[in-house]
Amino acid sequence: MKHIRLTRYRKWRNVFHQSWMMIALLAMLFIPLVLVAGLIMKSMLLLENHPLFELLFSSDWSPLSSRFGFLPFIVSSLWITILSLLISAPVCLLTAIHLTQYAKRWVLRIMHPVIDILAGIPSVIFGVWGILVIVPFISHQLGPLFGKSVSGYSILAGAFVLSIMIIPFMLNMLIDIIKAVPNELQEASLSLGASKWQTIKFVVVRKALPGIVSSFGLGMSRAFGETIAVLMVVGNVTRIPTGVFQPGYPLPALIANNYGEMLSIPLYDSALMLAALILFLVVLMFNVFSRFLILKAETH
Amino acid sequence: MNNKISIHNLCLSIDRQPILKNVSLNIPTNKITVILGPSGCGKTTLLKSLNRLTDLIPGVQQSGEIMLDGVNILNGNQDLVDIRQKMGLLAQRPYPLPMNIYKNITYGLRISGRRNRQFLDKRVEHYLKMVNLWDEVKDRLKDPASALSIGQQQRLCLARGLAVDPEIILADEPTSSLDPISSKLIEEKFLELKSQYTIVLVTHILRQARRMADYVVFMYLGEVIEQGTPDELFNNPQHPVTKSYLSGQFY
Ligand SMILES: Nc1ncnc2c1ncn2[C@@H]1O[C@H](COP(=O)(O)OP(=O)(O)OP(=O)(O)O)[C@@H](O)[C@H]1O
Ligand SMILES: [Mg+2]
Repeated sequence: MKHIRLTRYRKWRNVFHQSWMMIALLAMLFIPLVLVAGLIMKSMLLLENHPLFELLFSSDWSPLSSRFGFLPFIVSSLWITILSLLISAPVCLLTAIHLTQYAKRWVLRIMHPVIDILAGIPSVIFGVWGILVIVPFISHQLGPLFGKSVSGYSILAGAFVLSIMIIPFMLNMLIDIIKAVPNELQEASLSLGASKWQTIKFVVVRKALPGIVSSFGLGMSRAFGETIAVLMVVGNVTRIPTGVFQPGYPLPALIANNYGEMLSIPLYDSALMLAALILFLVVLMFNVFSRFLILKAETH
Repeated sequence: MNNKISIHNLCLSIDRQPILKNVSLNIPTNKITVILGPSGCGKTTLLKSLNRLTDLIPGVQQSGEIMLDGVNILNGNQDLVDIRQKMGLLAQRPYPLPMNIYKNITYGLRISGRRNRQFLDKRVEHYLKMVNLWDEVKDRLKDPASALSIGQQQRLCLARGLAVDPEIILADEPTSSLDPISSKLIEEKFLELKSQYTIVLVTHILRQARRMADYVVFMYLGEVIEQGTPDELFNNPQHPVTKSYLSGQFY
């Protein structure tokens, strides 16, 4: 009798322990779902009043007369994200190759924690640095160099600040990815008479390519969603930017700057929710795509 | 006996830890030299020092002489690409390059600037036939090499190494990850190839050594303890460590 009670107790204890872990897991999955559902519900109001196509491809943003064209924000976000990736990707890749293939062991041993620390710097600090250094640099040096008189608050400034921010993030991943290429593969290439550089180009990078691409993808999703640092240097002017020296207004900045201000206009509120939804979906897409690539590379 | 390679007092240490101690030995031309010894005694390291892959190890220090055709390849002013193209390396496990079968075979050739399609086609067929792989893969040369079985991959790696036209084949336990039939294929291939190549074979398997060897080197804890013809070494070992290894007292 006692024995039975004991086993039953054990069984229930087991169920209990398993269930609270299950609850934690469900909560973790549930919260984003609730979040998306909330965003969809709140943006419904706008979507019912305006066709989605018009919202995405119109550049007329005047909330007070209830015209909501998201194109300037989407274009700004894309410009900044792509530009920052163009700046940071080659730097990251070459640095990672140097650190893993050419540098002395102690350099990598020192750089690893340094990169971690860089990755942990709060983004507002990058924003301040952007205002103090990058914006004047563009205004006084880079702009005049291209014959332009500009304030410096621009797509380019945003991209610069962003690329500095995502470099440590991507660099860490790239180092691990390149280090994971087996030594024996390099030895095979070298013993066939390839030079070190040929080996890196044709074998190491080739082998690590899916990982490299996906780390760029994760960097991009990071860049696309970054708010504060970009907002501080990008100028926040609602117009489709036609050049890198022009100010822009990316999606996260739109939400951060305006949410809570004009909630008396229900459509405006709904528009900001739609902006958040677009942001969420784009970042999710980048992420899923990148992870998929990693997964595919691992199973090969 | 004509020696392709002769090593004098080769010492190699990693982070000041001696791995090879005063190794001296001769590797005869067009013969199979078998390197025997327990795990961790430095066989792989010795093999890799022959084509200077040991240069890659962080913290490595090497001294002594490795004479290849009468030229010391350990002193700095040698062209590594030249040295390495003279030797085909077959590793313990096959590592196909991340490209298709055709490109794996032609990699060494393309690297050295030979791009003529017909020439490459001919080479691919020739070397794949040489390792008895042609019939199995001739219809899927454009498939990734990683899709092959391990045994096929090992033969592919052999063909890849032979395709750069080396004079020496360095084989590091080339059959250790293979099934008996694939192992037999490789062994037979080696016996065939030795008329054209000088072969250095590292192995754990005593019976394989007896089957293949023209010259045997026995290593223990980074030193060459004994070397000689198979008859001398297997039937009349001098050193007590060799004796106990051959009688199977340790591996
Ligand atoms: N890259 C390296 N860094 C540090 N030590 C190494 C390195 N490579 C080899 N060693 C050491 O050198 C010694 C000899 O290794 P090696 O791989 O040559 O042995 P082996 O005879 O080939 O053994 P096995 O039969 O198990 O393959 C070992 O003690 C090993 O720990
Ligand atoms: Mg070994």
